[in-house]
Amino acid sequence: MPTTAPAFADATASDSALRRFLHGLPGVDAVGLEARAAALGTRSIKTTAKAYAIDLAISMIDLTTLEGADTPGKVRALAAKAVNPDPTDRTTPRTAAVCVYPDMAATAVAALAGSGVKVASVATAFPAGRAALDVKLADVRDAVAAGADEIDMVIDRGAFLAGRYLKVYEEILAVKAECGSARLKVIFETGELSTYDNIRRASWLGMLAGADFIKTSTGKVATNATPANTLLMLEAVRDFREQTGVQIGVKPAGGIRTSKDAIKFLVLVNETAGEDWLDNHWFRFGASSLLNDLLMQRQKLSTGRYSGPDYVTVD
Amino acid sequence: MSDGRLSVFKTYKLYVGGKFPRSESGRVYEVTDPKGKWLANAPQSSRKDARDAVVAARKAFGGWAGATAYNRGQILYRVAEMLEGRREQFAREVADAEGLSKSKAAAVVDAAVDRWVWYAGWTDKIAQIAGGANPVAGPYFNLSTPEPTGVVAVLAPQESSFLGLVSVLAPVIATGNTAVVVASADAPLPALSLGEVLATSDLPGGVVNILSGRTAELALPLASHQDVNAIDLTGAAPDAGLAKELETAAADNLKRVLRPQHVDGEDGAGGTDWTADPGTRRLTAFLETKTVWHPTGALGASGSSY
Repeated sequence: MPTTAPAFADATASDSALRRFLHGLPGVDAVGLEARAAALGTRSIKTTAKAYAIDLAISMIDLTTLEGADTPGKVRALAAKAVNPDPTDRTTPRTAAVCVYPDMAATAVAALAGSGVKVASVATAFPAGRAALDVKLADVRDAVAAGADEIDMVIDRGAFLAGRYLKVYEEILAVKAECGSARLKVIFETGELSTYDNIRRASWLGMLAGADFIKTSTGKVATNATPANTLLMLEAVRDFREQTGVQIGVKPAGGIRTSKDAIKFLVLVNETAGEDWLDNHWFRFGASSLLNDLLMQRQKLSTGRYSGPDYVTVD
Repeated sequence: MSDGRLSVFKTYKLYVGGKFPRSESGRVYEVTDPKGKWLANAPQSSRKDARDAVVAARKAFGGWAGATAYNRGQILYRVAEMLEGRREQFAREVADAEGLSKSKAAAVVDAAVDRWVWYAGWTDKIAQIAGGANPVAGPYFNLSTPEPTGVVAVLAPQESSFLGLVSVLAPVIATGNTAVVVASADAPLPALSLGEVLATSDLPGGVVNILSGRTAELALPLASHQDVNAIDLTGAAPDAGLAKELETAAADNLKRVLRPQHVDGEDGAGGTDWTADPGTRRLTAFLETKTVWHPTGALGASGSSY
């Protein structure tokens, strides 16, 4: 895949050209965006559609543990859960991936070998991204060498907010070059970008630089994925494919804890980007506690009885 | 109104997780006095309200069960203080709900407040009578201590809308359980007003959750709910078939079940005398006994090292 779609080759020629392009994107109608996201959140999804949505959501989860206290044992337990989310019901789909820190990637790769569940590793001095470029690149190399199938990088929000878009762009290019065959997810940390206009600019910047996925947030700040900022990013990938033919994935992460929320996001995907994105190759949830709620809802649908937290694993 | 003032109608709400929501279903039903005169509309809860209430009760359980017995007693006494201040309102609601005279209703409310105080006193005493040191043939201290069971679904009695309600609810929370209460179907208003009292009494939100609606509709999802640890079937007494169905559903995750009973212990669907001395039966019904063995060290030639 070319690192920059040909249609936009001019846009990334220089810092001023890139700024001109990003600032030339149409401004976001904040009220309209939030109203649209809220309106799509009122859809009622029941019975067979709900069962389909729950299974789809489970298959889209990047089951995540990003704690200072992560141990190899915890990563292995999480991997076992990703492969077999509900031991009482073997028809439950597997999650898409397990998401860990680079030093745990090898443990996760070993635990998931042959299961089809991918290993995603955060990198580039996650979550702050405040490190020198070669440190970030070494971080990425480590994760790729450990066998990670996907790399979740954070952008340099400081440079982005200071208007040094080309620096951010070149950094993503450099990281992408280190990824090899691993897919690259670019995290914008939307909670730190302040405005919807900035989120739209960051989305385009990431897509121009060759991101395979654009991802809302790290889950480490107060405001993480919201329906509105995810909708905005879904519009960006839809428009990008219309103009370049290149499809890019979206991953909201952080703060999505209930099945109801997850289904609302799936409605957004279907209504905005379209059915092509209703697949775990193109849409993911970065979450950990969400899986338990989905499993409880799944048990309710299959048994008719309300389930409880005693019937899912604590992780 | 004689003074020309417009009447201010009260919208009765559920009490779930410390908040006063309407039913998720948006339904209401007409509540009348025994003669058929309309009193108010009450929310008609759905099974989703029951589910939400269980989630709220589960969330509150750790904090409430972990609070000291002394602290629980103080909070329950505070509830009684608040009830005392609202006696007239409750007397009016009970008189309307049960068709009692003013003086009889006032007596019922007084009995209910006294009952609440009585159970408040039990919080730090139940461990002495339901637990204690066991004599064992070995070098151990062996102690049994009663612990709360968890989330208890309470079907409040149908015929006694307030004294009966207090008599089934207070013992459940006194011992550290959290409760999801299904109020009397035909006379839910005193129960819904009790929610307002609880909300202003330092009782953490979610410890008591009060639902109004059709008992059978709410009882079945509660009885089969895997995250409910016990169920009190008092309110199912008038319908023996329902009570049996609920007991069967409750067996699935081994809930503790309190069958409808007279105070004197005789099974049956007849009226219960709620004014009688309740004893400790309802306190102990929702307790589990934890026993710990604590080694005292080897017994030497001279006997115990203690």
